[in-house]
Amino acid sequence: MNPNPHHLLEINDLGIQFGGLTALEHVTFSMDPGEIVGLIGPNGAGKTTVFNLITGIYQPTIGSITLGGQTLNGRKTYKIFQSGAARTFQNIRLFKKMTVLDNVRIAAHNQMDYNPLVGALRLPGYWRDEADTTYRAMKMLDIFSLTEHAGEMASSLPYGQQRRLEIARALISNPKLLLLDEPAAGMNPTETQALMATIREVRDRFGVAILLIEHDMRLVMGICERLVVLDYGQVIAKGTPAEIRQNERVVKAYLGGSAV
Amino acid sequence: MNILLTQLINGLHVGSVYALIALGYTMVYGIVKLINFAHGDIIMVGAYAALMLLTSTALPFGIAAMLSVLFCVTLGVLVERIAYKPLRNSPRISSLITTIGVSFFLQNSVQMIFSPTPRPFPIRLSVPTIVIGSLKISGLTFVTILVAVLLMIALELFVRRTRMGKAMRAVSEDMQAAQLMGININTTISMTFAIGAALAAVGAILYSTAYPSVSPTMGALPGLKAFIAAVLGGIGLMPGAMLGGFIMGVAESLTKGYISTQLSDAVVFGILIIVLLVKPSGILGKHVSEKV
Repeated sequence: MNPNPHHLLEINDLGIQFGGLTALEHVTFSMDPGEIVGLIGPNGAGKTTVFNLITGIYQPTIGSITLGGQTLNGRKTYKIFQSGAARTFQNIRLFKKMTVLDNVRIAAHNQMDYNPLVGALRLPGYWRDEADTTYRAMKMLDIFSLTEHAGEMASSLPYGQQRRLEIARALISNPKLLLLDEPAAGMNPTETQALMATIREVRDRFGVAILLIEHDMRLVMGICERLVVLDYGQVIAKGTPAEIRQNERVVKAYLGGSAV
Repeated sequence: MNILLTQLINGLHVGSVYALIALGYTMVYGIVKLINFAHGDIIMVGAYAALMLLTSTALPFGIAAMLSVLFCVTLGVLVERIAYKPLRNSPRISSLITTIGVSFFLQNSVQMIFSPTPRPFPIRLSVPTIVIGSLKISGLTFVTILVAVLLMIALELFVRRTRMGKAMRAVSEDMQAAQLMGININTTISMTFAIGAALAAVGAILYSTAYPSVSPTMGALPGLKAFIAAVLGGIGLMPGAMLGGFIMGVAESLTKGYISTQLSDAVVFGILIIVLLVKPSGILGKHVSEKV
């Protein structure tokens, strides 16, 4: 199968084993630029494993992943980030001892193009780049209404704002693909509503494709254009939210074998 | 009064050397959670490098010192790449034993090349003694403290203000998240080892001017004491290493001056035990509760 040039992300027959235990197998799906896709499934189905494979934390046992036509297999994690896949975490992983602004700036470091000598000597190119990065980071904080907290330690932010900061940090690198791992975890319905609006706005403003893992079905059904359902490490269904809601296998996987 | 002041200043002299070496332990621990027991032997290699350059070439002291620092930096980075990096994901005890292995390897190699006989360290520096009233401070003491303090300030600025420094802080907080935010952790870890080795090499030269006898096992004791200084201040914390180093130096010097020279090491270790009984994570360390 040749990679389709229109697809942003192509995952083909992906599988990984951990010491004989098969965590994922025959996972195949693709995403178009700017698309919002939900990755759902019961606990332990292998959703976060898919994220870890895309971002290079794990290496697949078989199969391939391509992003914008470039294969990601064997590429180092930080390089994958640089080639356009950024993520957030299920359990928030900000740099807690750094300021809110520095958390965003640090993810933009690899985009500054001054050379080390220019940096060491603090030549004009350095200040230009630093000022530019700070400007972009502040703009990003503004989008996520975090401007007034720029100088505070990340750990001092309330939970919901920490979640938003994680998204801001991921977006500063201008990714083509944003991976959100349970962005609504621990949020109340009002916060979840606001998050849905934010996710949509992010897609529209940045043109980024979003792959999200989420258990909150209202959020998933509300904003995803397509869904991929995993169960026991395999894709059991793909389709629009309406199709997935009708799918018997999905209902069975979620409600257990005894369901209607 | 003068005796007390003199002892305090002597304490700051050795203490600043301990602090420089302790920074290497603590930075490496902060980033890769590894106690690098070969760190003390970098001091020894630094002293031999400086000794060779000073005795067999006519280079001025400053240039010779800089070249030995460069040599140690190369060695420190190579040791990490060759011996520690392949074990980064193994159980921590394996890496720990490897650092002890590297320590023996360095000691034995130097012993083979230079023989175990101690050699005198040539001090080709004449610094005038500073006199304040009736108090005399040796020029070397003054230079040592000054160099150490300047390096510590530079390091603090580096870690707070620069891109690489911030990357180091990020990696030390969460290596995987840092990687996922585009930080090259191999470069960052190499940089940490390079800085640690550079500080150890400067420490080596300062130490050798105070105790001018160079031998293959000379790194063991200052290495151990610097390690204790790092633990005392709170391992993984840079200000902790500096504070711990100065406390160790002053305690050692005061014991030598007022109690007994032989007992000085015992007292220093005693302080460590007491501090760790009261604050297990060190003076500046925060209590970290285990997640169950």
